[in-house]
Amino acid sequence: MDIIVCVKKIPDPEIPPAKFKLDMESKRVIPPEGIPPVINPYDEQAVELALRLKDKYGGKITVLTIDNDADTSIVKHALAMGADEGIVLADKAFEGSDSFSTSHILSQAIQKVGNFDLVLCGRQAADWDEGLVGAIIAENLSLPLVTLAEAVDVVDGKLKVKRVTLDGYQIFAVPTPAVATVSNEVGQPRLPSGWGIISASRKQIPIWKAGDLDADPSQIGAKAVRRRLVKLFIPVREKKCEIIEGETTAEASVKLAERLRKAGVI
Amino acid sequence: MSDKKEVLICGEVKGEKITTITKELMTTGRKLCIDLNQPLSLLLIGQNIQEAANEAILLGADKVYTAEGASWVESFPEHYVSIIADICNQTGPSIILFSQTDMGRDIAPRLAARLGAGVCLDCIELAIDPDTKSLLQTKPVYGGNAMAVWASTNNKPQVITMRPRTAAQAEPDTSRKGEIVPVALDVNNSMIKGKLLETLQEDVKGIRLEEAKVIITGGGGIGGKEGFQLIKELAQILGGAVGISRVPCDEGWMPAGHEIGQTGHMVSPDLYIAVGISGAPQHLAGCSGSKCIIAINKDPEAHIFKEADFGIVGYYREVLPVLIEKCRNLLA
Ligand SMILES: Cc1cc2nc3c(=O)[nH]c(=O)nc-3n(C[C@@H](O)[C@H](O)[C@H](O)COP(=O)(O)OP(=O)(O)OC[C@H]3O[C@@H](n4cnc5c(N)ncnc54)[C@H](O)[C@@H]3O)c2cc1C
Ligand SMILES: Cc1cc2nc3c(=O)[nH]c(=O)nc-3n(C[C@H](O)[C@H](O)[C@H](O)COP(=O)(O)OP(=O)(O)OC[C@H]3O[C@@H](n4cnc5c(N)ncnc54)[C@H](O)[C@@H]3O)c2cc1C
Repeated sequence: MDIIVCVKKIPDPEIPPAKFKLDMESKRVIPPEGIPPVINPYDEQAVELALRLKDKYGGKITVLTIDNDADTSIVKHALAMGADEGIVLADKAFEGSDSFSTSHILSQAIQKVGNFDLVLCGRQAADWDEGLVGAIIAENLSLPLVTLAEAVDVVDGKLKVKRVTLDGYQIFAVPTPAVATVSNEVGQPRLPSGWGIISASRKQIPIWKAGDLDADPSQIGAKAVRRRLVKLFIPVREKKCEIIEGETTAEASVKLAERLRKAGVI
Repeated sequence: MSDKKEVLICGEVKGEKITTITKELMTTGRKLCIDLNQPLSLLLIGQNIQEAANEAILLGADKVYTAEGASWVESFPEHYVSIIADICNQTGPSIILFSQTDMGRDIAPRLAARLGAGVCLDCIELAIDPDTKSLLQTKPVYGGNAMAVWASTNNKPQVITMRPRTAAQAEPDTSRKGEIVPVALDVNNSMIKGKLLETLQEDVKGIRLEEAKVIITGGGGIGGKEGFQLIKELAQILGGAVGISRVPCDEGWMPAGHEIGQTGHMVSPDLYIAVGISGAPQHLAGCSGSKCIIAINKDPEAHIFKEADFGIVGYYREVLPVLIEKCRNLLA
């Protein structure tokens, strides 16, 4: 089974809240000092899901990223985990794209890669938390879509995809090629092996520019956006926490119960 | 296409009733309608939806479109995309509102792509810019570390999902009048290639998290399965539900269905007791609407204390047994 996985580089989403800074003037997040960006965690899980399918059914995994600095680091990470090929899409013309332009660029790249049974995206990129690109790619390519996939299997030549819901799950059957977005329920992604890291570092990673794709210039970059960012801010919390103290923890705990009773919350 | 634009809510029904989350959406929708001077419409798809349609009118819908068809949990999602796109092409709404539910987050993006519309998921506030009349969409980004306000840049429809618990539920008014418009489904399904095989909705034991007045949540600090006994005991005494953060979910200490946060349940109980939880923004995203938050954490510097109303700095194994005992006495 041949799989294409779309991966995005984002600032580390698990930094302590105190380290999160932004510049309101330029409406940009200031990258935290000394903490390198990472592969979007859901995309790493998408690579993991692809590898499980490859372990079972064979085939080739290609990872795609749009990264205007032509940074190959997260593609290399996916290759070190076990993906076969990686391509970076980088062009000045891609800058300022919204989710629709991003999806257009990725859709064109997917078609250029050709021959695929499944496209995997993360359920959302943990920077802007949009959760749009996978679905828009499916619509662009007129392919069946299953969102929030936890597991994929092949049954009678079709993909059997388990979708996470709030109170349970659903199972869908879709013909190939199809698109799925991947949720964290997939579980821990594997660590790159030593050999994986070495072979990934030797791998040539092609950089595709706008001219390499059959992209519609009116659909990419800042001029194509369907909405504009008016404001970006860190919400202020007005809460002041009252720490309940006591000679001992037990005494504090008793006081807490009494406070809650008095306040009428219990 | 009708000459007057409308705000369209894609409603959800459970047990032949409008869901509480859709009632919240009706409050949000009504406010936009006033600012835009447009009517409010609601679309219901499913079986036996007549009673819900009547209810929707009392709740504030000027028009209710009813489409008899398979309910959401029985459908391949793309059927819904086709149905809703078809109705939008006939009625030309200015704004299409969903809740950020299983249905909304799945359908809204693809629907927007099909309609050539703008889209924004998981909004917590919507407003109409008084000058430009464009829709201002506020949503948490960066895991809840920041808020972004987006403005639509075209006059295409805007597809929105609203985070639950961001508006009060619309209240019924028995004097309200409205129109119920049955729509015939004339959707070409030959292009839709997927099929639903199975839906499982777990029987929630005890109180559903969304409806609980009290929630006791255990996090990474609980350290294992067995520590959750204390959490469950406290929950039982206070008549509450048990929640978890991502760590117990990933570690398999508790079933994933209890997870609270950006990717789990969004709750707003009267009392939220966070035990052994650091207070990551992705977790707080799911509980910051709680009326009273209590933090029990061994680390006085833990971020959760910045979000809590009351706190105890200490080891949970020293706090919980005493708290349980005292609450039992007080409530006896
Ligand atoms: C300087 C700047 C300006 C911006 N201006 C605007 C603007 O004017 N209007 C606007 O709407 N947005 C704007 N954005 C945000 C915009 O970049 C999109 O939100 C984003 O690129 C689209 O992806 P997403 O994060 O929404 O993806 P989601 O829909 O959340 O991503 C889902 C999945 O899609 C895939 N994916 C997403 N991005 C990539 C990628 N780059 N490469 C490979 N796979 C990917 C991944 O699998 C990911 O898990 C701006 C961003 C920046 C940094
Ligand atoms: C994209 C993304 C989405 C996410 N979505 C979610 C989500 O929906 N929900 C969610 O919860 N998380 C989510 N997370 C994870 C989140 O960032 C945090 O990693 C997670 O919430 C941490 O869980 P925790 O605070 O329970 O555990 P930890 O970070 O392990 O913190 C444990 C806390 O317990 C305290 N402690 C330790 N031992 C004791 C003791 N004996 N007694 C008392 N206190 C003790 C420690 O001081 C510490 O503060 C997401 C992350 C990402 C990147």
